[in-house]
Amino acid sequence: MSIAVVTFPGSNCDDDARYALEAGMGAAVTLVWHTATELGNPDAVVIPGGFSFGDYLRSGALAAHSPVMAEVRAYAERGGPVLGICNGFQILTESGLLPGQLARNPSLKFQCHYVNVRVERAVAPFTSRAAVGDVLSMPIAHNEGSYYADAATLEVLEGEGRVMLRYCDAAGTASEAANVNGSRNAIAGIVNSRGNVMGMMPHPERAVESLLGPVDGLALLGSLVDAGRRAA
Amino acid sequence: MSVMPRQERPAVDERASLRPMANSFGLSFEEFDDVVSRMGREPNTLEAGVFGALWSEHCGYKNSRPLLRRLPTTGPQVLQGPGENAGVVDIGQGYGLAFKMESHNHPSAVEPVQGAATGVGGILRDIFAMGARPIAVLDSLRFGELDNERSRHLLAGVVSGIALYGNAIGVPTVGGELETNACYQENPLVNVMALGLLRHEDLQKGTVGAVGNQLYYVGSKTGRDGLGGAVFASADLSAASAADRPAVQVGDPYLEKLLLEACLAAIAADLVAGVQDMGAAGLSSSVGEMAHRAGMGVDLHIDKVPRREDGMTPLEVMLSESQERMVLTAKPGKEAALVTLLERWGLDVVAIGEVVDNGMLRIIEHGTVVGSLPVSALNEPPTYVRDGVEDPVIVAARTRDLGDLPEPGDLNGVLLTLLGAPGIASKAAIYRQFDHQVMTNSVVLPGQADAAVLRVKGTSLGVAATVDCNSRYVYLDPYLGAAHAVAEAARNIACVGATPLGVTDNLNFGNPTVPAVYYQLERAVDGISAACLALGTPVTGGNVSLYNQFRQGEGHEAIHPTPTIGMVGVISDVALRATQSFKRDDDVVVLLGAFAPVQGASEYLFRIHGLEAGSPPALDLVAEAAVQRVVRDLVAAGICDTAHDVSTGGLAVAAAEMAMAGGKGARLTLSATANVPLPARSDTLLFGETAATVLAAVPRQHLPAVHEACLAAGVAVSELGIVGGSDLSVSSTSRDLLSLSVAEMRAAHEHTFAEALG
Repeated sequence: MSIAVVTFPGSNCDDDARYALEAGMGAAVTLVWHTATELGNPDAVVIPGGFSFGDYLRSGALAAHSPVMAEVRAYAERGGPVLGICNGFQILTESGLLPGQLARNPSLKFQCHYVNVRVERAVAPFTSRAAVGDVLSMPIAHNEGSYYADAATLEVLEGEGRVMLRYCDAAGTASEAANVNGSRNAIAGIVNSRGNVMGMMPHPERAVESLLGPVDGLALLGSLVDAGRRAA
Repeated sequence: MSVMPRQERPAVDERASLRPMANSFGLSFEEFDDVVSRMGREPNTLEAGVFGALWSEHCGYKNSRPLLRRLPTTGPQVLQGPGENAGVVDIGQGYGLAFKMESHNHPSAVEPVQGAATGVGGILRDIFAMGARPIAVLDSLRFGELDNERSRHLLAGVVSGIALYGNAIGVPTVGGELETNACYQENPLVNVMALGLLRHEDLQKGTVGAVGNQLYYVGSKTGRDGLGGAVFASADLSAASAADRPAVQVGDPYLEKLLLEACLAAIAADLVAGVQDMGAAGLSSSVGEMAHRAGMGVDLHIDKVPRREDGMTPLEVMLSESQERMVLTAKPGKEAALVTLLERWGLDVVAIGEVVDNGMLRIIEHGTVVGSLPVSALNEPPTYVRDGVEDPVIVAARTRDLGDLPEPGDLNGVLLTLLGAPGIASKAAIYRQFDHQVMTNSVVLPGQADAAVLRVKGTSLGVAATVDCNSRYVYLDPYLGAAHAVAEAARNIACVGATPLGVTDNLNFGNPTVPAVYYQLERAVDGISAACLALGTPVTGGNVSLYNQFRQGEGHEAIHPTPTIGMVGVISDVALRATQSFKRDDDVVVLLGAFAPVQGASEYLFRIHGLEAGSPPALDLVAEAAVQRVVRDLVAAGICDTAHDVSTGGLAVAAAEMAMAGGKGARLTLSATANVPLPARSDTLLFGETAATVLAAVPRQHLPAVHEACLAAGVAVSELGIVGGSDLSVSSTSRDLLSLSVAEMRAAHEHTFAEALG
C-alpha cells in the first residue's frame, strides 16, 4: 500500500500527512516534489495543506501549474484516488480537477478550530469507513475555505450526490452557525463526477491519534488506505 | 574569493572629524572617542555607522550586560547557554530543545502587522540557526486598555501579523499571555518565543570556523528596509516615530519556509561549519558575531551581496535589516555541494567572504577596502554600570494602607468583572486565528492548561512551555515581581506535570539612563536570578529591550517594567499530564500549598478599586519548589490530571477557569485549617493573590495518596469540595460568598476579545 504525498514549496502539512499515514496506518509514503514528472505508481495520491507558493496570487493558483500536476491529472484520469486537503482542495479546484472555488472566509480571518461535518456519502475510496449521517469532528485551519460554486454547479453536485461532507452542529444538523466559513450549501468536501478525486477543507491528518484529540480523521484516511490495499 | 584588495587602508573621509556627528550614528561623544582609541584612528562614515549599530543597546547590551552576568546560566541540562542564537537544553533520548524569546516592540508600535510578523520570522531564524526544527511559537503581548482605539488597532494588527507569518510557515502558535495597561498604549510589547527540536549531534554554532572558510549569503535580497532598526529600537518612541516606518521590515514567510528547509537540509548533509541569522544590524552583526566567536577576521566582499535596489551604499548594505537572510559557513571542501543544495530551494546563494586570521572585519567593495573594523572592539562595546534609585511615587504606592477600602457587596459581579478583564479573559478570539495544530504535536491546545504541551514524535516525551510576567507586581516591587514571574512560569510548567529545564528572559524596560528605571532593571535581574537558582532553571539566553517609553512634550512615560519569562520543561511520559478543566463529577477539589491571599498588587484591586498599589504577595521559594514538586509527582503518577495555579484573580478566578474549561461546576467551602488561616475579608479570600498555591481535582480514591505526598513534602493540603452541577458556588463556613452558572461565567470570559477583535 503506497501513497504519494505531493509537496510544493510552501506546503506545510506534507509531513503531517506522511506521519498520519505511515505511523497511524502503516502505509508506505513517498513525498513527491512538485517538479517531479512521475508519481511512481502509488495506490493513492494526497495533496496536503499549507501555503503552496506562499498562497501568492491566489491560494493554489501557482501550484496548479507545477509540473507534477500534469501527472496527478493523468493519474486521476486513470481512475487513481486523489485526496486534496485544505490547500490541496484549493489546488484541485484551481487545476480544474474539481469544480468551484474556495473564497475568503467571511470573517476575513484565519480560522483554526474543530468543526463538525456530516458524512453525506459513505463510499470508497474516501468514506467507506463511515456511515451516512456520521458526525465527524476535525480541525480546520484556513483563510480561504468558503466553498463557492454557481447555482448550476451546485445543482449538479447535489443531484449527483457529490457532496461528501457538510458542516453541521454536534447533533448533525446543518445551521448557519455551524457553517463556519459561509460555504455554499455548507459544503466541506466534494468529489468529481467519477468519484475518485476528493477535496476537503478540514484536516483529517490532524485527527488520527487520541493523544491529540478526536480520531475521526481515520474515517477518511483509513478509507483511502483500505481502498489502496484492495487495489494493491 | 580571488579578488585581492587593492589597498590595505580604507579611504578615510576627506573632511574633518566625524565626532560632531557622533549622535547621528547612535554613539555618544565618549563612545566615539572610545572607537577612535580602539581603532587607533578616526573611523570613516561606514565604520562609524557599523560601530553605532553594534554598540546600540539592542545589539550591544551596554546597559544590561553587567547585570546579565548575575544570572545563573549553567546546569547539567544546559547544552548551549547564552551567547549563541538560542539556548539549548537536553530533554533526553538524544534530543535537545532550542528556545529563545525576542521583542519586536518598537516596530509593532509603528506598523503592528509587519512588526509582529517579522518578530515571528526573526525568532524562528534564531532557532533553525541552531540546527533545530522550529516546533512552536508563544507570544507575550502588552497593549493599552481596550477601550482605547489605538490599543484595539495595535491588538488586531499584531494578532494578524503573528497569524500571517506563523500560519504560513507552518509552525504552530501554541500559547501566550496578554495584559493591558494604559502604560503600554503608545509603546506596546510584542515578545515572541520559539522552540525547536534537534538531535544532540546536529547542534550548530554561529561561527565562521577556521581560516580559509567561505561565507555564503543565503536568502532574500538586501534592500533599504529596516535600515537603522537596531538604533531605532534603542531610542525612545515619539510622535515622530511614525516617520521611521522604513525602519520596519516586511516579512515573507514563504521565503523563510524555503530558507528553513534548505538550512536544515544543509546541516543534515553535514555541509555547514557555522550558521547565523541576519537580525538586528543585519550583515554587520551576523558576520561580526560569527567572526568574534571564532576569534577570527573576515574579508567581506560587499559588492557581492544581492541587492533589491540600486545605489545602496556599503553602509546601507551592512545595516539593512531585510528579512529572511542567513549567513552560512561551508565546511572546507563542501562549498560546491552546499551551493547546489541551497540553490535547489530557489534561494539566492552568494559567496561573500572568507575567514582570515587578522581579527579584522574588512569591508571590500570591488577590490577596494572601504572599511576595516577590529572584530573584538565591535563586539565588546563599553558597558555602563549606573546607580539606580527607586521612584518615591512607587514606594508610596507599595506602602499604601489598603485596609480602608470598601468591601463590595456583590461578589458575583466582581468575579464576572475579573473574568472579563483582558489579562484573565478568554483569548479564544486570538488563538483561533493562529494555526495551533500544524505539525500534529499539540497535545495541550491553547486555553486548556497552564502551559502548552507538545509531544516529541517517536518518543514518549512531552515538551512544556509558557510565558509569564505580572508587570504590576514588577512595577510595585521589581525584585519580588520578577521572582514571581519565574515562580509562576515554573508553577505553570509543574501544573501540566512537567519538570522545568530552563529560562529565556525578555527584559522590557524604559530608559536605563533614568535612575528609577535602572533601579527596576537591576532589581528585576536580581529577582530573576534568585528564583532561577531556587527552582533550578538556568537562563540560557534572552533579549533586552530598553527605551520602552513614550516622549510627550517634556515628560517621559515609561512602561511598567516587564521582564517576561519564557520557560520550557519536559514530561517523561506525555500520556500522563494535567489540564485545567474539571473532568468528572464527584472529583474532590483540593487546595495545595501555602495559600496566603493578599490584596496588594492584585487584579482585583486594579479592576475593581482602580488602584495599582500595595505589595505583591510574599514569595517563599522553598515552599514554591515544594508544591511544584508535589503537583508534578502526582501528575506523573497518574493520580492527578486536573491542576491549575492560583495566580491573577485569586482562588475564585482559578476555580472559575477550571469550571469553564470543563463545562462543570463545583461546590466549594473555604474554612481555616491548622495550616491555612483565612483572611477576614471575603474579597481578600476570593480574589486576593498568592504564590506557591495550586488548585487540583482528583478522584476520591486518590485522596489518601494526595495527603501522603503533601505530608511527605511538607505541603499544606485542604479539601474544598466536589466537582459537579452547572454552577460554581463558594461559601465560607459562615455564609455563601458567590454562586454563578458556568454559562454566565463563560459569557463574561469570552466577551472581551470577541468584541475587541470584532
